[in-house]
Amino acid sequence: MVTAEEMEKLQRGRPGRGRLPVVVAVIVIAVILIAVAAYAGWLFPSGGGKAKVTLNGAGATFPCPLITKWSSEYANLTKSTTIPGPQVTVNYNCVGSGAGVSQITRRTVDFAGSDAPLSPSERAAAPNLLHIPETIGAVTAAYNVAELSTGLKLTGFTLAEIFRGTITQWNSPNISADNVGVTLPARPIQVVHRSDSSGTTFVFTSYLHLVNPGWTASLVGKAPNWPVGIGAQGNAGVAGKIQTTPDSIGYVELAYTVANNMKVAQLKNHDGQWVSPSLAATAAAAAALASPPPPDGDWSSVSILDAPGATSYPIASLTYLLVYKELNVLTAMDGTKAQSFVNFLWWAIHGGQDLSEPLTFPRLTTGLVTLNEGAIRSITFNGQTLNPT
Amino acid sequence: MHALRILRGGTRARLSATPGDLVFEGLSTLVALSVVGLLVVITVILYLVAQESIRVNGLRFLTDTIWDSVSQRFGAAPFIYGMLVTSGIALLLGVPVSLGIAIFLSELAPPWLRIPLTFIVELLAAVPSVVYGLWGIFVLGPAMRIYIEPGVQSVLGFLPLFQGRPIGSDVFTAGVILAIMIIPTISAVSREALLAVPDSQREAALSLGATRWETTRLAVLRYARAGIFGASILGLGRAVGETMAVTMTIGNRAAFFGSLFEPGQTIASQIAGRWLDASTPLELGALVELGLILMLVSLIINAFARLLVGRFLRVGEGAE
Repeated sequence: MVTAEEMEKLQRGRPGRGRLPVVVAVIVIAVILIAVAAYAGWLFPSGGGKAKVTLNGAGATFPCPLITKWSSEYANLTKSTTIPGPQVTVNYNCVGSGAGVSQITRRTVDFAGSDAPLSPSERAAAPNLLHIPETIGAVTAAYNVAELSTGLKLTGFTLAEIFRGTITQWNSPNISADNVGVTLPARPIQVVHRSDSSGTTFVFTSYLHLVNPGWTASLVGKAPNWPVGIGAQGNAGVAGKIQTTPDSIGYVELAYTVANNMKVAQLKNHDGQWVSPSLAATAAAAAALASPPPPDGDWSSVSILDAPGATSYPIASLTYLLVYKELNVLTAMDGTKAQSFVNFLWWAIHGGQDLSEPLTFPRLTTGLVTLNEGAIRSITFNGQTLNPT
Repeated sequence: MHALRILRGGTRARLSATPGDLVFEGLSTLVALSVVGLLVVITVILYLVAQESIRVNGLRFLTDTIWDSVSQRFGAAPFIYGMLVTSGIALLLGVPVSLGIAIFLSELAPPWLRIPLTFIVELLAAVPSVVYGLWGIFVLGPAMRIYIEPGVQSVLGFLPLFQGRPIGSDVFTAGVILAIMIIPTISAVSREALLAVPDSQREAALSLGATRWETTRLAVLRYARAGIFGASILGLGRAVGETMAVTMTIGNRAAFFGSLFEPGQTIASQIAGRWLDASTPLELGALVELGLILMLVSLIINAFARLLVGRFLRVGEGAE
């Protein structure tokens, strides 16, 4: 126990010994801070003199690789002193379409990415949002069955039955009828789906509803109440879960399937042809879009699902940037930033498209580029039109 | 103890003497009270956000089994069930192992082994849960699917709990991860409880001719049972709130499960998976209401555990 002597010591405190570690810690922290500051200064020297503008976006994970690439390319481009205007940094947070829409509605970001067009109720909550399709996506049915090679043939109807849990075995008659000569294993199918709210899910479930009446409208959405299956977070999460779960099937965006070298099903398209997912097949589906609505109109019924054309891939969708038509509704907006913003959008649908194909994204069709040009020209700040360059 | 009390009293008398000390006392009191204030503020704000869901769903929230953001219908029952089952598995597997560790460390281990081993067990508690989650996805999950779950199934497969095809990302895997995560907590606190058993107990048993095992069982474990129970409840407190590792291993399916080899969801993992995309006030409210339930459950469990452990350790010291 504590003696009187120790008590005395405790009360007096021990100045020299107790303070030394604190002093050392302060010095260490100070040195680290100085080093970081100096490093950061050396890292971006050419920004000196040039103003900086940061644009914040959030949303769909599907165009994430493309927008991230745009962000770094555009920062490099605008860093150069030969280009007028500030250096533009675009932060795009890949959190899923549902999260993107809710953030742009609350105006906590400058723009959102969404694989699904705004529903009428979402449009009412965030009026004056423009739809700017920035690229085209394809959703693939990817599977992991040891005996099967890539290119298993599945109709949309069969796919819906699998995700409903009514077809449970790989060797079910529905699957074997379309795959004559292929030996299908007599093992249960393990379904994998997204667990977060996702535009990819919206596109996929919309397709299932379109081709199979048994897939009811109540199962169409960004986060429906799945009848069966394991959930995983994000496109990357589903791709990973399929790869680690034998006999599984799930739906993944084309870019992720290619990046992970996964086995994907051929689907039967509107014209009755078997089509493998590819950039060309996706672009063919987009080309079938006849007359899109105006950018500030209602896009909720726009669909390139099950598009006509012999080479069209049936589960294709436009993916959108959602941008306010009048930018002064955003509190963190000013004239310079608004100008940089429209410049970035303009670049994304023109120069930015050159970066698409290496990343497994199809180029926008010329019709969509023209439509987007009109949309971007219509953006204003405090009523002033901004001329994108 | 006694001397310390004098020390505190004495310090207080001196503090009131100078203005500097008064300011210091005031400031530290304020900081201490602000913790209480923070808890109140958090609860009130959570309640305000959850109001929409509480108003619309009422008590049905606790029993409804559907969570469907398409039809905007939200029920918490699958998550409460998932939380109870995973925590139950964790306790069932974790407590015996932890008790073994605690007994070894306090009763059996030679001193040269005791210190490093204690250190390592406590170090396990410092591993971030996302790391456990990664390990769960890449190591434990496949191991469960290929070896452990089929093994369990071949013995206990007649029970509905162990039927179906093992998939490795299911309720059972999440329960095992949780068991591993709560072992450091339970074993460290149990060890404290065992160490607090007075040596006179052991000596008495040994002098009556008891073997080492009998001594441990009759004199030590029985004496320390309240402390061990409290330790287990503390572990339970950690298990119910654990988020990251569970989200990564449980399979994320918002529905009831009959077999432990099916995917499920706990309150914590549902919140973690969905908070970002709650698009309507009702859905956000429902998620926050889940948070309130979790907070309430955790508070009760922790308060109960601390009461038990605290009382036991005091009794133990008093006997010395």
